[in-house]
Amino acid sequence: MFSFTFAPPPAVPEAETLRAEVRAFLAAELADRPAIKRAESWSGFDAAFSRKVGQRGWIGMTFPREYGGHGRSALERYVVLEEMLAAGAPVVGHWIADRQSGPSILRYGTEAQKAFFLPRIARGECFFCIGMSEPDSGSDLASVRTRAVPADGGYVVNGTKLWTSQAHESHYMILFCRTGGSPDDRQGGTSQFLVDLTLPGITIRPIHALTGEHHFNEVIFQDVLLPESALLGTLGQGWQQVTGELAYERSGPERFLSSFTLLVELVHALGPAPSERAAIALGRLGAHLVTLRRLSRSVAGMLQAGENPALQAALVKDLGALVEQEIPDIARSLIATDPPTPEIERFLAVLNYTTLHAPSFSLRGGTREILRGIIARGLGLR
Amino acid sequence: MNDASDTLLLETAERLFRDTVSPPVLAAAERGEFPHAAWAALAQAGLHRALVPEGAGGFGVPVIEALGLLRVAGRHALPLPLAETMLAGWLLSGAGLAVPDGPLSVAASPTLTLRRQGDRWNLHGAAPAVAWGRDAASLAVLADVDGQAFVALLPSGAWTAAPGQNIAREPRDAIGIDTLLPAGAVAASGIGPVQLWAAGAAMRCLMIAGALERITAMTVQYAQDRVQFGRPIGRFQAVQHNLAILASQTAAAIAAGDIAAEAVADGIRLPAIAAAKARAGEAAGVGAGIAHQVHGALGFSYEHSLHFLTKRLWAWRDEYGGEAAWSLLLGQHLAAAGADRLWAEITAI
Repeated sequence: MFSFTFAPPPAVPEAETLRAEVRAFLAAELADRPAIKRAESWSGFDAAFSRKVGQRGWIGMTFPREYGGHGRSALERYVVLEEMLAAGAPVVGHWIADRQSGPSILRYGTEAQKAFFLPRIARGECFFCIGMSEPDSGSDLASVRTRAVPADGGYVVNGTKLWTSQAHESHYMILFCRTGGSPDDRQGGTSQFLVDLTLPGITIRPIHALTGEHHFNEVIFQDVLLPESALLGTLGQGWQQVTGELAYERSGPERFLSSFTLLVELVHALGPAPSERAAIALGRLGAHLVTLRRLSRSVAGMLQAGENPALQAALVKDLGALVEQEIPDIARSLIATDPPTPEIERFLAVLNYTTLHAPSFSLRGGTREILRGIIARGLGLR
Repeated sequence: MNDASDTLLLETAERLFRDTVSPPVLAAAERGEFPHAAWAALAQAGLHRALVPEGAGGFGVPVIEALGLLRVAGRHALPLPLAETMLAGWLLSGAGLAVPDGPLSVAASPTLTLRRQGDRWNLHGAAPAVAWGRDAASLAVLADVDGQAFVALLPSGAWTAAPGQNIAREPRDAIGIDTLLPAGAVAASGIGPVQLWAAGAAMRCLMIAGALERITAMTVQYAQDRVQFGRPIGRFQAVQHNLAILASQTAAAIAAGDIAAEAVADGIRLPAIAAAKARAGEAAGVGAGIAHQVHGALGFSYEHSLHFLTKRLWAWRDEYGGEAAWSLLLGQHLAAAGADRLWAEITAI
């Protein structure tokens, strides 16, 4: 009988002590953070906050202690992540490095790379961005054209990366590019590099989102000389390395909590005794979140056990984005916002913010169509 | 939750149901024939007593594993009152009453009245839609006595059953009771009507998860076998994406089933069961719809066995409370806790 494996999330009693610590920390740190800022979810940036989180030992939690990590379990790390997101903490500075750049360095990096990067990441002082998409390579990542060519003392890189979130706030990028063959070779001949974004020849230009906000960037590489030591992992193995990151990228709580602040504001606006219609809608969303959380924690447990639950991660992200995108639609159906009375102004602001950002929820980190293709392949249809 | 066939008990159930439940057996059950052979095999393996504690004649199976049997039953559209027998056994043993052999069922209705009459008890009233009411060897009835829940064990013949059925043509009979019971057949219940209802809902979650697993497997297989326009329809992206949605809903239902089982094992956590039944019920509807869409006209025929599963999905999502009822309970719970406690409530589930 065909069956999905979603192993029960391992029990971690010590995580509940940790949860209380994180809640107390966030209650103090974010006491004055307004709802509209909390709504930024994991797009909110605050370098000072990231350093404080690092000081508490909540970045690089699963890295070994010898690299400045804390040797804690994936489920403990999960508790920190979900508490940060639910509270609307400004985590984006350290988010990418903690989630995937750090683990990739740990897995594929040289001793020197691990010793240099991991302690800095864990302290919340070293921020990473992901150099994958290009002007003509979005979902079709294997068609990238940016190329690193061997040269004296290293590699020379030319090309353009696009939609690079937080490049302007980051210290390093993990660059995915071509090192051999042509774009027609697809996955073959690609590699990953650890790129210091202050190197000469790198230009970072803002790409403004439809809200006018600056999260994305265009990163142009013009004869950028990378040292030999910038290569991450094995030359030509970039595709295998990148796809290994995806289970980390697609299954976390950020894949179903992007609209959570709006749900909080909705509960606030509805009050303690909502209409039956509103209570049913709220309960349904609660049921979805509870179920997604279970699936997501299950994937965290599988990752910890050394499995590669890429299919399960795609399922979590696809289901999660649907709910994240439903929340604004349902919220607006339950609260009348015209005329905008003072009582609902805060709700309306968060509703508008979330509505404007919702289209990205099923684009970033793998589009809905790509995810469904991965699931179909997992079902044996491709 | 691992693959549900990861223990000896669940493996036994999988093999036993595969051997004893076939489309002809399912069709006969729809015509009202009780599948005695399948029941005999099930009873011989002791599956119906999985939820009964060791001290009361069970064999000490962990609650979560015992409930896992129902996911396996769901995969096979098992046309037997396994859930009801388990529920009755749980209710009876919780009240310290002996659990009789044979298929059992459960009735609880506000219109049932239980009164002391000398050294005996009079039980009187009616209950609608009692599963396998006509076939049950004994009936466990939950009734209120001056604000306290009592369980009565009725022997065969102590009730009348007017045949009825759910949308899947499973027996759901209107029963009438007017009987005198000996003192030893009635006891104070450790389980109230809300907990009984919730336990029933949790069981339906697991059955829905199993049925969705099976229709996912069947539908993927069909898409690989059925050729149109010169290729298997599963090669078309539109069909693939629908199958991906079906698989996602199945994953959600499996998670809901696990949440429900754990909530029962912890002594009936209501918000968790509410979340599970609301989510599993929604998955059932979406999943059944896609399974039929991909199976095309063939899956709409009686001859094809898909409908034995999809009709049960449509039935089970409504039994023991549909999505609206459980969403309402959970929504009221979350609203009452308030915005500042929303996340704490979700993590507590």
